[in-house]
Amino acid sequence: MAVIRDTIPAFELFQPTSLEDALALKRRYGKASWALAGGLDSLDWFKDRIKRPDVVIDLGGVPELTGVRASGDGIEIGATTTLSEVASNSDIVSRFGLLADAASKVATPQIRNQGTIGGNLAQDTRCWYYRGGWPCYRAGGNICYADTPTSINREHALFEANRCVAVNPSDTAPALIALDAKFVIMGTSGEKVIDAEDFFITPATDITRMTVLNPGELLTSIRIPGTWAGADFYFEKVRDRQSWDFALVNIASAIKSSGGTIEDIRMVVSAVGPRPLRLTDVERQLKGQTASDDVAAAAGELAVLGARALQHNGYKIPLMRNLVKRAIRGTGA
Amino acid sequence: MSLFQWEQNPWGQEILVRISWDLLYLSILGGALFIIGHLIYRAKNPTPASPEPSGKAAPGVPERVVRHSLAARLFHWIMAASVLVLLGTGFFPVMGIQFDWVEIHWIAGLVLVASIVFHIIHALGWMNWRDIWISGKDWAEWKAEMQHVMGKGGAIEKKPGKYPVDHRIFHSMIALAAFGVMITGLLMMVRVDNALFARNPYLLEDSSWGWVYVIHGLSAVGFVGMIMTHIYFAVLPEKRWMTISMIWGWVTKKEYLAHHDPERWVVSKETTD
Repeated sequence: MAVIRDTIPAFELFQPTSLEDALALKRRYGKASWALAGGLDSLDWFKDRIKRPDVVIDLGGVPELTGVRASGDGIEIGATTTLSEVASNSDIVSRFGLLADAASKVATPQIRNQGTIGGNLAQDTRCWYYRGGWPCYRAGGNICYADTPTSINREHALFEANRCVAVNPSDTAPALIALDAKFVIMGTSGEKVIDAEDFFITPATDITRMTVLNPGELLTSIRIPGTWAGADFYFEKVRDRQSWDFALVNIASAIKSSGGTIEDIRMVVSAVGPRPLRLTDVERQLKGQTASDDVAAAAGELAVLGARALQHNGYKIPLMRNLVKRAIRGTGA
Repeated sequence: MSLFQWEQNPWGQEILVRISWDLLYLSILGGALFIIGHLIYRAKNPTPASPEPSGKAAPGVPERVVRHSLAARLFHWIMAASVLVLLGTGFFPVMGIQFDWVEIHWIAGLVLVASIVFHIIHALGWMNWRDIWISGKDWAEWKAEMQHVMGKGGAIEKKPGKYPVDHRIFHSMIALAAFGVMITGLLMMVRVDNALFARNPYLLEDSSWGWVYVIHGLSAVGFVGMIMTHIYFAVLPEKRWMTISMIWGWVTKKEYLAHHDPERWVVSKETTD
């Protein structure tokens, strides 16, 4: 694990009070800047002296970035809205309970009170070799210390490992992908809106980042369309400690069914790869099927096709298989 | 500007990681400066559109002289395509253009390796490989050509054989860089999932991997500058006859006699109408 060494190295702190000012600062300082929201991921990095930004931009005072509001037939959530608010907001709970469920399972109540949904989505991987400051691929070197015969890698990737075997640790990400959410990103080239699943990238694209966010950009809000409001939702997070831990595997699914037949489905598994993994083959197979035990079992087998275990994470394959089965049976579809 | 990137490994040892990407921009700058310099020189010293045909015109030279066989042309263009894909997939991400490049990169690398293996076999078995390699005898020709380039030597008295000396030097440099990227690239493939090798990131120790990455990087950035100049010469009007011959395979009798010494490139056994 990373060692907290001593005090945080000096940096210049900016506390903008408008989105325009925050974006101007990002544009001005680019790679030298660090966007701080809840600060839970950031302060670890700073104290470990592994990330040493010259400039920190505290987004906590930007009103446009916080709160839950109506947006068309859905809702829009500001990126610095706390996880507690996301988990308890009545609109989210009643229409998009999948997200509320996922947000309520992040870490501890104290962390959810401070942590933001944007931070939960954009947070870096928890691989301790990387967090320990070793010069691994993700840190700009050319070695993956987590992928050796003696590495402690029971939390690492089954899929899409490409030189780096770290996984995405977000709990809200799979829920938002299952809800077909759109992420609003603002930066030097203006505003762009992308599908939630396109926000996350693999090492094959850029081994030093987990998201498409460029140094001059900010994730400003998350829009959830009404398409999946009120569907049958299932979220389950498996972790070593129920009180406070990152997921070993988690699953989020949204199912629309009629008369016991699955009409449409979105299913996403996370903590098994560098990005949340949408199970499109499983979705395709399940459409038009009745959610029986046999169908669920076949879907579980299909889901883990192509999984490649490391030295110590083979248990994740049956775990993922069973979570897929439970997601299909657990919705009551 | 730094030449190499160093990191401290978990045992506190300073290890090479890769070249500094500053070298990529240096190679681009070098290629661009060479092209600009040559364009300025060319503007000040216009080349005659077509040099005088050789006085040693051999009887029996056909109207079309085969310069590159179909196999040689296929090799050239397949290698060119694979190199461009390799450079794009290798360097665009470094320059900030992000996409899933790794799989495309190693597949293009395998195409390059296969094409070069084919080329070596073809050259050894069916071509006169001495035509393209440099020897000590080429020094006088190289000196005369450079004096001509620098505007000191007047016209080049001695015409080349099948390949001018600058082509042979370029071939040697490209071959060196190609072997650099090929050998190190094949080694690097064991670090990613692919169709040929099981993933084994620990085939070498970290400092050895650093050298593999450095050689791969140096060879690759070398390619950038060389390919820039190669494409530049390929599109120059006075060199276009050679580019066209790489497409159709032949040069005209007039071009052959104008640019080559028939005694050094005897065509009687490899000609066609």
